[in-house]
Amino acid sequence: MAEYEAVIGLEVHVQLNTKSKLFCGCSTAFGAEANTQTCPVCLGLPGVLPVLNRAAFEKSVRAALALDCEIAPFTKFDRKNYYYPDLPKNYQISQYDLPLSRNGRLAFEVAGHEKSVRIRRAHLEEDAGKLLHEDPRGSGRSLVDLNRTGTPLLEIVTEPDLSSAEEAVAYLMALKQLLKYVDVSDCEMQEGSMRCEPNVSVRPKGAKELGVKTEIKNLNSFRNVAAAIEYEIERHIKLLEAGQRVRQETMLWDADRGATAPMRSKEEAQDYRYFPEPDLPPFTMTAEETGRLRATLPELPAARRARFETALGLDAYSAGVLTAERPVADWYESVLSAGAPAPEAAKWVINDCLREREDRKLDFADFPVKPAELAALIGLVEKKTINPTIARQKLLPAMFETKRGAAELVKELGLAQVTDAGAISAAVEAAIAKNPKALADYRGGKAEAVMFLVGQVMRETKGKANAGAVRELLEKRLAELK
Amino acid sequence: MALERKEVEHVALLARLELSEEELTRFHRQLDNILGYVEKLNEADTSGVEPLAHAAASGNVFREDEVKPSLERAEALAQAPDSDGWFFRVPRIIDMGGEL
Repeated sequence: MAEYEAVIGLEVHVQLNTKSKLFCGCSTAFGAEANTQTCPVCLGLPGVLPVLNRAAFEKSVRAALALDCEIAPFTKFDRKNYYYPDLPKNYQISQYDLPLSRNGRLAFEVAGHEKSVRIRRAHLEEDAGKLLHEDPRGSGRSLVDLNRTGTPLLEIVTEPDLSSAEEAVAYLMALKQLLKYVDVSDCEMQEGSMRCEPNVSVRPKGAKELGVKTEIKNLNSFRNVAAAIEYEIERHIKLLEAGQRVRQETMLWDADRGATAPMRSKEEAQDYRYFPEPDLPPFTMTAEETGRLRATLPELPAARRARFETALGLDAYSAGVLTAERPVADWYESVLSAGAPAPEAAKWVINDCLREREDRKLDFADFPVKPAELAALIGLVEKKTINPTIARQKLLPAMFETKRGAAELVKELGLAQVTDAGAISAAVEAAIAKNPKALADYRGGKAEAVMFLVGQVMRETKGKANAGAVRELLEKRLAELK
Repeated sequence: MALERKEVEHVALLARLELSEEELTRFHRQLDNILGYVEKLNEADTSGVEPLAHAAASGNVFREDEVKPSLERAEALAQAPDSDGWFFRVPRIIDMGGEL
């Protein structure tokens, strides 16, 4: 059996997070009642004129800059003509031969190595409406909701630079991270604000020429993207092995069956008859305007991650976790600004705060514990005012519950470490007196008896004693009793 | 004629126009004349002229990202041939998958 390699390109649509639609003032809010967010412009009624949403254009340019694209000094919109009931104008306003950006790249890590994917183009277009093929009330007709019609989409097309499902998903995750960092989209596949259509082909390993490709639609999660690509690669290889040919067509993924099936192909080949949109004058971008938008970009995830490693001295894993989402990285850096040392703060954020977020379904943009208070907690541990176990198990949960300050809660809940030598000494004596068996064990040479007694003292002091000091004192006392 | 009859049929289908034989013949002739007329433009010497991507002279017309009131649903639906009070209703579509 010959060896094959897969060649994959991705076409991704992300919904831009603007308040209003691309060419009219209708709201883009998700989840409204059907057909309550339409107007003559997005319904395509006669005599209306589209006017471009400035935020949508600027967000597109910012996304393109983050993807290292060249921004076109001159760009225009075109009509893509086709008939489908979710498209009331019978054409989609898109960009054809002069997209707003081209020739970018996105680098990311996959399976321990760096991969860079070329971006062919990123352009702006409007979304279509939503079609319900079956009327639940049984009219036998299809139902159309046009709320989504005219919502701004950024289409991002890669070159066929990917070679596995794993790489495709890693690219999507890196793209999602980047677009969320620059605040242009929520990128939620389940909600449809990020959609992905892979192109897949296979060829004998090392061959120059590309195989025949198929396009996959109907993917609503990263997991489905991976499963569908793997399925298509295998299907192509089987066909080639059997001496058959792959047909260039669009496949629909059926998640329930875990298989693709050809989309009913139309008798007529696609013929979109693109032509310049006469209702929208073209757009020019000067170097100054591009520079102004570039200046609004935040530090991008890859740069931030590298800085966390080099300037803050974090290990690669911690730097990756802390920069995965911008609000987490921002919050972490606020903890540092409040005076906490970087590695220590990293441990608290990763091990404790991120877990609390999961358990309590919290959002770092509005976190109940303020960064300065986590810094205060870390300071209290460093000064040995409280011991780390108490801080983790009692103080931090109390801070999440009450949203109050660390120092205040230590005082109120009596969590301060017992440093009074007399008190610790009394607890040590009590523990020895109450556990004659442990003393006997110790005398019999069982070293574990010490740890048992340390545990007893810690219980006696409700965990507030310093375990190191307790152990030292115990060992000294036991030696005397031996 | 430079234009083939089957191209006229194709364009009619794309535009969802059902043409009679007589109409096809007539439009074929008319379209061919129009294309022949436009063809004349190719004779003009355009060397050294920047290609024109768009007929509109000025550009960069924006609106700000502000939400404006939408139509009442009843009013939006009233423009369509069929609805059920919530949705537009159209003949059942078998071809799944949409275009975007």
